[in-house]
Amino acid sequence: MSRSVNLVNACLAAAGALLLTLAPVQSAAQQMTVREAAKPASKLGLGREALPEEISAWDIDVRPDGKGLPPGKGTVKEGDQVFQAQCAACHGEFGEGVGRWPVLAGGHGTLKADRPDKTVGSFWPDLSTVFDYVKRAMPYGNAQSLSNDDVYALTAYLLSMNDIIKDENFELNDKNFLSIKMPNATAFYDDDREVVEKHFWIKEPCMKNCRPTAPKVTGRAVSIDVTPDSKAGPKVD
Amino acid sequence: MTSASEKALNRRGFLGAAGLAGASAVLSTKSAVAEAARPDPLITEVQDWARYLGDGVDKKPYGVPSKFEKHVIRRDVPWLTASPESSVNFTPLHELEGIITPSGLCFERHHSGVAEIDPAKHRLMIHGLVDKPLVFTMDDIKRMPRTNRVCFLECAANSGMEWRGAQLNGCQFTHGMVHNVMYTGVSLKALLDEAGVKPTAKWLMLEGADAAAMNRSLPIEKAMNDVMLAFAMNGEALRPEQGYPLRAVVPGWEGNLWVKWIRRIEVGDKPWQTREETSKYTDLLADGRSRKHTFIMDAKSVVTNPSPQAPLKHKGRNVLSGLAWSGRGTIKRVDVSIDGGRNWQTARIDGPVLDKSLTRFYVDFDWNGQEMMIQSRAMDSTGYVQPTKDELRKVRGVNSIYHNNGIQTWLVRANGETENVEIG
Repeated sequence: MSRSVNLVNACLAAAGALLLTLAPVQSAAQQMTVREAAKPASKLGLGREALPEEISAWDIDVRPDGKGLPPGKGTVKEGDQVFQAQCAACHGEFGEGVGRWPVLAGGHGTLKADRPDKTVGSFWPDLSTVFDYVKRAMPYGNAQSLSNDDVYALTAYLLSMNDIIKDENFELNDKNFLSIKMPNATAFYDDDREVVEKHFWIKEPCMKNCRPTAPKVTGRAVSIDVTPDSKAGPKVD
Repeated sequence: MTSASEKALNRRGFLGAAGLAGASAVLSTKSAVAEAARPDPLITEVQDWARYLGDGVDKKPYGVPSKFEKHVIRRDVPWLTASPESSVNFTPLHELEGIITPSGLCFERHHSGVAEIDPAKHRLMIHGLVDKPLVFTMDDIKRMPRTNRVCFLECAANSGMEWRGAQLNGCQFTHGMVHNVMYTGVSLKALLDEAGVKPTAKWLMLEGADAAAMNRSLPIEKAMNDVMLAFAMNGEALRPEQGYPLRAVVPGWEGNLWVKWIRRIEVGDKPWQTREETSKYTDLLADGRSRKHTFIMDAKSVVTNPSPQAPLKHKGRNVLSGLAWSGRGTIKRVDVSIDGGRNWQTARIDGPVLDKSLTRFYVDFDWNGQEMMIQSRAMDSTGYVQPTKDELRKVRGVNSIYHNNGIQTWLVRANGETENVEIG
């Protein structure tokens, strides 16, 4: 991903250390002791070896470094055809989304806006995620029905709808896949709450006279009136 | 109830705490006295249930709640999502007590509906950076050493609709993407040890058998620490909607990681950056950048009664009841305010206080009909204090969707009706 492995590891180490130091809970500690004591020295010998055919049938995941990418190819034009047949009913002809179905294209430069438009092009950091997710979970209601070439073509089409690829004859394949850079790739960073939100660890919070004046109501859910069973129907589209 | 005993209760009670506004007015109980003067026909006349036979033991091989509890149900909010198969419903927290959520009321969150899997046909595969890739049947898993644990499962998006202000009127809707059950299963470490994890392993990918083939990356430190694969909840097999026959249990961490219908674990050296940890379950901040891998659910609490779906019905004696939890450890203390956070008093915690579990708190109080702005503030064993929503917004803005653990305010009006409000 965008961040160095060292940083990832550092954050994990911190998280791990925290978990260890924060485990003074008696019941959990006792539970652990019992489990450790009961653990046999050798393996239990349960389960059986997975066959290569079984692993390849289920192992469809793709990582940002290209691990797991199957051989295959597809052009923007081919992707357009597959998309109109398989995807456009929900996602719109150009990935703009029908009704409340997810928008897949557009939204560039909106992430600081009041109402950000988080799409494949404007938000997703890795192209591998598009391949992985489409291959495993789409079309919605008919998952894992697309060939690898279909998924390459659809991925190429989504790149085109997001103006990341301009040429409709462009062919995406397992050889050039890693050359595509996503616009928002560098804008993600590991959880930093323990640093940035350190001030929420408060030794002794205020108990008396914590604010100078009485609070005033600034917003009411009943004014928005979108709760099921409220007298008017939902006002959100 | 005499006015003398009322006064005594008031002195012990919530409003009697020094410094709280409007405390200690003695309430009239005239109407109750008037009713008591007429004999109650529910007592003086023989009722049907006291005369006729009820159902025999052969009527309900699997019991269900009383017909008078039909309103205690999961609810959904249709406008939240495009499709009910990739959607969420909500636990009726305002109707529940103690800390264990009844299995049939545990909120559901699916991405492609409920997979119905015959346990005889379920397989779990472990492969990748292991000495020997393995396939387990459910029978294999049930032959392994077992472990039991009570812990909460909270959706990362719980309270997410409330980032911009008060939207939904009821703790079921604002806080009901959480449940707390006892899981029975095997430790993930034991399963991984069977396969033999290679030293280069840093991350696992968990994947479900449903049509979403939900996949997420999990750091190996957590996997080896306290993650379980559970086949039972609250003493019986998992419910289909909770991952039957097998699910991941990832104590303290966001619900999305608790992969249901789990069928595959791949061991690797890097995270996969799946859709569920890039497009979703990343937290967009005001500067346009996003946090990722925000795994832990921070300390949080909510008053479940009174709340908008559970208004105050009586003046005088009342019970304030609520839940607190933290993904970082145990709940150490819960403070409650009735004046919108100006003054606080420490609630009484009752029942088990377990690591990364819901914890029940109470304040027994007298109410004289005054308007109240009720809040609760949880503290956990790390010293983390539940922040206000405004304090969270100061750091994160309003577009981060997930991890809203800000303090909830209920406005109790003079007639007992209770509203979800924001205060300033």
